[in-house]
Amino acid sequence: MSESIVVKGARLLGGGATDLLVRDGVIAEMGSGLSEGGARVIDAAGLIALPGLVDLHTHLREPGFEQSETVLTGSRAAAAGGFTAVHAMANTSPVADTAGVVEQVASLGDAAGYVTVRPVGAVTVGLNGEALAEIGAMARSRAAVRVFSDDGKCVSDPLLMRRALEYVKAFDGVIAQHAQEPRLTEGAQMNEGIVSSELGLAGWPAVAEEAIIARDVLLAEHVGSRVHICHLSTAGSVEVVRWAKSRGIAVTAEVTPHHLLLDEELVRSYDARYKVNPPLRRAEDVQALRAGLADGTIDIVATDHAPHPAEDKDCEWSGAAFGMVGLETALSVVQASVVDSGHLDWADVARVFSRIPAEIGRLSGYERGIAVGAEANFTLYDDTASRVIEKGDLRGKSTNSPYLSLTLPGRVVTTVHSGRATVLDGELVDPDVLRSVGGPRG
Amino acid sequence: MRHLLSTRHLSRDEAVAILDVAEDMADVSTREIKKLPALRGKTVVNLFFEDSTRTRISFEAAAKRLSADVINFAAKGSSVSKGESLKDTAQTLAAIGADAVVVRHGASGAPQVLATSGWIDAGVVNAGDGTHEHPTQALLDAFTIRRRFFGADARGRDLAGLSVVIVGDVLHSRVARSNAWLLTTLGAEVRLVAPPTLLPVGVETWPVTIDYSLDSALATPTDVVMMLRVQAERMSAAFFPTAREYARLWGLDDERLARLDEGTIVMHPGPMNRGLEISSGAADSARSTVLEQVSNGVSVRMAVLYLLLSGEREDLA
Repeated sequence: MSESIVVKGARLLGGGATDLLVRDGVIAEMGSGLSEGGARVIDAAGLIALPGLVDLHTHLREPGFEQSETVLTGSRAAAAGGFTAVHAMANTSPVADTAGVVEQVASLGDAAGYVTVRPVGAVTVGLNGEALAEIGAMARSRAAVRVFSDDGKCVSDPLLMRRALEYVKAFDGVIAQHAQEPRLTEGAQMNEGIVSSELGLAGWPAVAEEAIIARDVLLAEHVGSRVHICHLSTAGSVEVVRWAKSRGIAVTAEVTPHHLLLDEELVRSYDARYKVNPPLRRAEDVQALRAGLADGTIDIVATDHAPHPAEDKDCEWSGAAFGMVGLETALSVVQASVVDSGHLDWADVARVFSRIPAEIGRLSGYERGIAVGAEANFTLYDDTASRVIEKGDLRGKSTNSPYLSLTLPGRVVTTVHSGRATVLDGELVDPDVLRSVGGPRG
Repeated sequence: MRHLLSTRHLSRDEAVAILDVAEDMADVSTREIKKLPALRGKTVVNLFFEDSTRTRISFEAAAKRLSADVINFAAKGSSVSKGESLKDTAQTLAAIGADAVVVRHGASGAPQVLATSGWIDAGVVNAGDGTHEHPTQALLDAFTIRRRFFGADARGRDLAGLSVVIVGDVLHSRVARSNAWLLTTLGAEVRLVAPPTLLPVGVETWPVTIDYSLDSALATPTDVVMMLRVQAERMSAAFFPTAREYARLWGLDDERLARLDEGTIVMHPGPMNRGLEISSGAADSARSTVLEQVSNGVSVRMAVLYLLLSGEREDLA
């Protein structure tokens, strides 16, 4: 049986406060003075009610890299960050390039129960960029994959990219491109520019991203497909996407929280926690990304949560792995970088971190946000809080966060996924309790 | 001095002080008994993740002349090649009781990681890290220039009024970086000469001037011409068409050598590619300081180890 929840006095995005009655996995009633016998009552006075966050770009690492993260631990990190759905990237081992692997990941997600896990399918077999993976089989599997990506690697062969863009149209799919021209980034360690030249680290030039985006939006236009650009990181990329949208090309783009907050000056420490792909860019790029998100050129925020074990970061820079964890801190970083600075209001956050990513991923239940009759996916967020990020705040398996010891605003207090509380008063609900509450519809 | 990781943040006075101590050390090297008891009981580890016999024996001679115990640790591999990690190596050296670690590593920044990680408390001397810095090479170059031009009056002086042309693969050169920072800090005017492919992006923000043409650079009188080694692996990576074209346009050949002013000196950090970036005529001429650089290297490294390890680090500030 599923629990009923009454949320008292949550702040709505449009202003004002409301109670929420959650019953049978949906928001049954909204208004004031709501009550229900036997319901769990959550006092949400002063907390913002945001629709459940949807991450279009998460690395859950399972199968194959369970030392970094599992579907369960990553799901817990996601719930702690206010997410109710994540898209699990395909660069696992084995690669998620068959129906079998994506179905396995989806069922591990269901078993964990904290968030909806939507597997991303590989575009090419083994992410090798040589032959198309069985996109149709993955789309028609029980996992119903709609997002396909070789993320971690670029689909650099222009002909293969063209074919992939065309082929996914049959399944209402989208190619999410990791835009990185491989020849221009051989051995690349950080953004190419003044800092890389001083530090003697091989550069990752902005043009290597921008050239691929320019090519792919033109390909998408030519074949009449939609294309999604992962983790936009440069001012030039924003310009290219803005131009493409002005031509009516069906392109969507994402930016990560870390690219909205951090810049390449941090690399001067040679602290490998700041090593990420695409790399942290110049302060000017950070400003352009914020402006691009504010004016709608960039459609969504996605975490690119990339867990790694300690030994992969506790070493010299060039020996370290690329990537940083980001699920648990995502909302706080978004608040710090674009809300507190006035670029976005909370309704915008709901759009870029819930409704639109769900739409791009063809995930239903997020169209109307928090509304009577909608699936009960929401998070209660205290935007007046402030906290120093510590390892204990990271609920996944890995702690490769660039925010440790940093003071960030805001705190996720409660997360409700499909009518079930996954986080209460900032603490994850025990997995056994979560299971005993049962699914929303049977 | 707690560590010596780069020349980027050395002040003029700090640099001059190191060079002055190196003068004292050079005096010791002219004595019959070339040894001081200054670092007796101290342990210096030469930790080399990259082969470099020249740099290693220079540090070894420096430490031994100061009576330190020297351990040579040729660490094969790194966490990149899944050999022993920097962290494990550092903790091993800490357990052995190293007072100073002289580290050569293929990864830029590895000495800084070693110095700031908390894995080991020893003073760290960067003996060359990736394409980042090679501070003792720049110090010995500055020392060599100062001695050549000011002789017995060198003590206390910087390099104001001198001009230095550095020629070659600046992009991949830690020697060029360390020299660009140090020589300009000491007041010298520095010009970098290289094909555009071998200059880093953003080099226009460095405190130097740039010239793509060696001939045009040498048309202006200069006190020092410093040639950089061209690594074999650059030949096949489209940085320039052929070795012959490189030598013709950016090599210090006999004809260019003959055009230099009388007092101009020719430097090279070694090892040299004779016939490529430097002709034998230039390398073996009286202008050449190549062997002085080697012997001055010992004096400068003695100074660095002495400043790092003597006096209980009272100069932490």
